[in-house]
Amino acid sequence: MSQVKRRANVKMVPLQSDAIVPERDINKAPVLEARHLGIEFGGLKAVDDFNLTIGRTEIAGLIGPNGAGKTTVFNLITKVYEPTMGAVLINGHDTKGLSIVQASKLGIARTFQNIRLFDQMTVEENVRIGLHNQIKYDMVTGILRLPRYWKQEKRQHEKALDLLHIFDMEKLADETAGSLPYGVQRRLEIVRALATNPSLLLLDEPAAGMNPHETEELMENIAKIRDQFQIAILLIEHDMSLVMGVCEGICVLNFGKVIAKGTADEIQANPVVIEAYLGKKKEAQA
Amino acid sequence: MTRAKRNRLIYNIVTFVLVIGAFILLQSMIANKSITRSLKGQLVPICCWVVMAVSLNLVIGISGELSLGHAGFMSVGAYTGAVVSGWLLNACAIENTTLRLVLAIVAGGIMAGVMGALIGIPVLRLRGDYLAIVTLAFGEIIRNLVNVLYVGVADGRLAFSFLNKKMPEGVTMLVDGAKGAVKIKPVSTFTAGFVLIMITLLVVLNLVNSRAGRAIKATRDNRIAAESMGVPVTKYKMMAFVTAAALAGMAGALYGLNSSTVVPTQFTFNQSINVLVFVVLGGLGNVLGSVISATLLTVLPEMLRAFSDYRMLVYAVVLILVMIFTNNPLIRSVMNSAIAPLKRTLRGKKQGGDIA
Repeated sequence: MSQVKRRANVKMVPLQSDAIVPERDINKAPVLEARHLGIEFGGLKAVDDFNLTIGRTEIAGLIGPNGAGKTTVFNLITKVYEPTMGAVLINGHDTKGLSIVQASKLGIARTFQNIRLFDQMTVEENVRIGLHNQIKYDMVTGILRLPRYWKQEKRQHEKALDLLHIFDMEKLADETAGSLPYGVQRRLEIVRALATNPSLLLLDEPAAGMNPHETEELMENIAKIRDQFQIAILLIEHDMSLVMGVCEGICVLNFGKVIAKGTADEIQANPVVIEAYLGKKKEAQA
Repeated sequence: MTRAKRNRLIYNIVTFVLVIGAFILLQSMIANKSITRSLKGQLVPICCWVVMAVSLNLVIGISGELSLGHAGFMSVGAYTGAVVSGWLLNACAIENTTLRLVLAIVAGGIMAGVMGALIGIPVLRLRGDYLAIVTLAFGEIIRNLVNVLYVGVADGRLAFSFLNKKMPEGVTMLVDGAKGAVKIKPVSTFTAGFVLIMITLLVVLNLVNSRAGRAIKATRDNRIAAESMGVPVTKYKMMAFVTAAALAGMAGALYGLNSSTVVPTQFTFNQSINVLVFVVLGGLGNVLGSVISATLLTVLPEMLRAFSDYRMLVYAVVLILVMIFTNNPLIRSVMNSAIAPLKRTLRGKKQGGDIA
């Protein structure tokens, strides 16, 4: 826990404009750049002039009240929606006009707010779908059971179990994904996303439905995943203990607009944020 | 070996053993002449319907798309098979019936597969039930097209026309409009049907348990999630759909070459729905179920011939009863608890359900 706390006080370095990344990532190309990103749904600006830069190994948080447009930002980054304004750059590549699949191949993986597992498939099969573009063989090889089939299936199996080990879920490999408890499903989604070998992992409310103990465990695991895989993580979360504990940079969204950016301490001290969001929450708790 | 893997293996072995066992049993019955003539005449059609059901299950149960024109692909296969077989006999003078049958089946499969691809390319890009609508239309279009199709062979060349008058001198008609494919020399055998079933089972079961098959199932379970994991959804839906169409075409060729004529009215919308009934009754995604239900539901109407007018009524009642019994939670739980001890012995005692 103390280790996680220290991370929250990491030194952030401003880049050109107002973008900030952790000091250790300053000389590396950012994994994600959103520039003046926006989308309109029939006149309603769901997201407007959204700018965000995420460093190579940064853990960033995206927070804001309900309906602020956080998940819409995720959908813009993963190309579920095509932005009507601005651009998203992943590892320096412009994603204009790309499909969801192509965006995934550029190195983005995500989890979903309302869990989207392959319910009728087993836990291991779910992870193997994540490995789809990592360990390959073609359809004919599969039907004829050529030697390559056995070799690649074995590699997939071993890799899947390795990944499941992150959350100690190897024992559940044969369970049907849809029959798992809620918290385990959330963790499986993270494992499945990691299987695609991403450089940026997007987590949409990873702690939703978890108890405080599980949330703390998750917090440690998020830091562990970043250290082990050396990837960037952007997460949406309403649980402030998780966001403040693990995120290095935090971006606050309200009514589709960024109202503040900074480290946990800066965000907690920001009067605009307190007014829009945190202030209300503190009063409610008191 | 993991538990899931072992269960899958047992399922596959049971499927193959049942099919091979049934084949051996029927063959010995034929050798002993202890089989009724009506059943003997039905053996090849049963094989065809089993292949149809298993291939449609690939589309509906495994890739999760609704196809209502499976008989259309069968008809494409049947006509292609009849034309190819007739052409090989008349123009190339190939007397070997096995060779003719194999070539006809392959040609039927390819032709139906191409048709499947032509439909799939535009339609499978869309979300929702468009495939059902388009395949429904396809079945009707194909039926009406072959209704006015004339194919003849003259001087070793095939002549196609949608107008009978255009045929050259001295033509031998292979497909004669509304009369259908005529003067077919039946070459289908029960053994060929059995081999086709085995090929179908091998293709479908091996596909399901491979990288491509998992991708197909993933697109069924959750399209957005599959795309987000980098699985090209359209490609895998196409793969399932075209494979199923090709298998249906092969079944069609076998079916067409089992009798002396093939008429367009054999492949109506009702037939597509019939195959759909086999699939739903056998269980979506359950290949063994499709095999069993296709067999029983093909034999049942013949067995009920004694009831003559009432047989379709009985058929419907049987269908409803099966649906009630397989879907009733009470009956299911009783059945499951009856099977449970057996399952436990198979599994060994080690398994504990430690979830959390």
